[in-house]
Amino acid sequence: MTALGKLFRTTTFKLTLVYLTVFALFAAFLLGYFALNTRRLITEQITDTVNAEITGLSEQYRLGGIRRLVIVVDARARRPGSSLYLVTTFTGEALAGNVTALAPGILDNPGWTETVYHRIDEAETGEHPDHHALVRVFQLPGGFRLLVGRDLEERERLYHIVLSAGRWSVAIVIVLGLAGGLFVTRRVLRRVDAMTETTRTIMAGDLGERLPVAGTGDELDRLADNLNAMLERIEALMRGLKEVSDNIAHDLKTPLTRLRNRSEEALRTAKNDAEYRTALEATIEESEGLIRTFNALLMIARAESGQAREDMREFDAAEIARDVGELYEPLAEEKGIALKVDADTPAKVTGNRELVSQALANLVDNAIKYTEPRDLVSNGATPEIVVRALGEGDRILLTVADRGPGIPEADRSRVVERFVRLEQSRSQPGSGLGLSLAAAVARLHGGELTLADNEPGLKSIIALPRGGPVQMAG
Amino acid sequence: MRLLVIEDDRDAADYLVKAFREVGHVADAATDGEDGLAMALDGQYDVLIVDRMLPKRDGLSLIGALRDKGIETPALILSALGQVDDRVKGLRAGGDDYLPKPYSFTELLARTEVLARRRGGRNEETVLRVGALALDRLSHQVRRGEDEISLQPREFRLLEYLMKHAGQVVTRTMLLENVWDYHFDPQTNVIDVHISRLRSKIDKGFSQPLLHTVRGAGYMIRDGAR
Repeated sequence: MTALGKLFRTTTFKLTLVYLTVFALFAAFLLGYFALNTRRLITEQITDTVNAEITGLSEQYRLGGIRRLVIVVDARARRPGSSLYLVTTFTGEALAGNVTALAPGILDNPGWTETVYHRIDEAETGEHPDHHALVRVFQLPGGFRLLVGRDLEERERLYHIVLSAGRWSVAIVIVLGLAGGLFVTRRVLRRVDAMTETTRTIMAGDLGERLPVAGTGDELDRLADNLNAMLERIEALMRGLKEVSDNIAHDLKTPLTRLRNRSEEALRTAKNDAEYRTALEATIEESEGLIRTFNALLMIARAESGQAREDMREFDAAEIARDVGELYEPLAEEKGIALKVDADTPAKVTGNRELVSQALANLVDNAIKYTEPRDLVSNGATPEIVVRALGEGDRILLTVADRGPGIPEADRSRVVERFVRLEQSRSQPGSGLGLSLAAAVARLHGGELTLADNEPGLKSIIALPRGGPVQMAG
Repeated sequence: MRLLVIEDDRDAADYLVKAFREVGHVADAATDGEDGLAMALDGQYDVLIVDRMLPKRDGLSLIGALRDKGIETPALILSALGQVDDRVKGLRAGGDDYLPKPYSFTELLARTEVLARRRGGRNEETVLRVGALALDRLSHQVRRGEDEISLQPREFRLLEYLMKHAGQVVTRTMLLENVWDYHFDPQTNVIDVHISRLRSKIDKGFSQPLLHTVRGAGYMIRDGAR
């Protein structure tokens, strides 16, 4: 596509053309209206003047008869810039006046007519330009006829001036409009081209690029701002994705390597069935851990992609708290921890029951894992975990509070990330995905996971909006 | 029991057929949806094991076609899509159980046997008995011999499920699904603790234990004397 073709195709240029047409039509209408009205006004003036003269002259005739009329007419006709006069007998013989060569039959019809004529003084010098005049023929008593008129040249000249002014202004409107349109279009086009160019770079893989913002705050800037915000989000997501794949690579490769080493070692060193069996059992156990990690990752991915939004319905979070509490109570008890559930009032919420259960289960699981009753008893504290479900305004809060070592404030946002486990917990079993899953589930529901100090211990809070996730506007 | 494995991965199908035969079952394999449907239509099988994604006709449509023809052979769906809604879709399409890949053979075997048994007459008696242990589903009373055993509601349901499948291996995930209605994998083996609690209530003080742990698979309740 040529540059010019591109220019003509732009929305701005098309808009310019529409505006141009509208303005040209408007200018033409305005001038046309002006011209017509001016013409009408001049005609009215002529009519008035002629009528006044006829009144005056017929008065002269009444007072002094034809002789006086002829004298007055002759006198008036000789004045420069005078009106046109002609006095004739009933046969049409001219008695006085300054016109000749009227169109035939004019004098026979009393009233208003437009006619061509020659001025007598011009006829004498031999020039015969045709003039136009508006004349009135008046029948005087006694058979004489009086013709009074005004030349129309002035009117026509004005009319032509206005007409050519009209033509010019339309032409100027078109030229200026086109030039302005092209100018604006090119400016817009240049910015859009710059944006397109950037977009191409981004598509080519450079997600760090941002669209240019002119700083004028106009619609293009707003568009660029929004697109930039979108890019920001995409970049963050991509970063997350990369992190995940790095983490997957790390946390899945490590057990895979162990798995392989163990198998190889068994092949190399095992001497009897029993030893093979032991090695194989260890292999299966290891692979089960892997599957578990994998499932957790998939679950997080699913929660984060928002797919699970489809099967959201209303359920009672208090019931979930009680169920999860019941599921984990024996495990806690076995470890010497009292697991208490405080969820007596229903807390209805819209969401994915299964995922929320799992998120809460993960928090309880963590709490049990990291509570060491022996340390607590020696410090004089009661080893207990409290699971709570309560409504608070338009949210419901699922809280798990333990008396474990807690998480230092500086680490709290970090542990929510995938695979992050604090050094002291490396020895604990688990994929390191429990908190990430809980956080992903909370986000899926439009809520959040917060970790707070239980003084001492950790308080994990899943806050969910009662109505479920609100679809993001726009 | 006679099984039909419909699975397009030939290695996996061969492995399953071999494994089922080793534990004493008769198993055939089909490697695409149309073959599988034709073989299943004979109706000679006790359980169908159907991969969700198959060439020519996918697993769900195969089961749907069977059910349309009035063939009610229990079907267990195998799928790489392990998510809750896929499970629901599978069960809604007429599947009787759902197992996400990768699965362990013991899990598959346990579930297959439960399905086959279910077909052989629904276990709807009001009193379940294993040896001297009796569970009354109406009065919610549990006795072992003369002694009345008091159980928490969840323990009752746990025991009820185990006794309904007495003599069969029941895996942890089966318990989690059927007793707790959870379809996720708790990272710690919470089920084990529930079982040991239950065990302490029903087996403690008796020389002959009824509730057994099957290593690497799950649990089984059975009368050892028999």
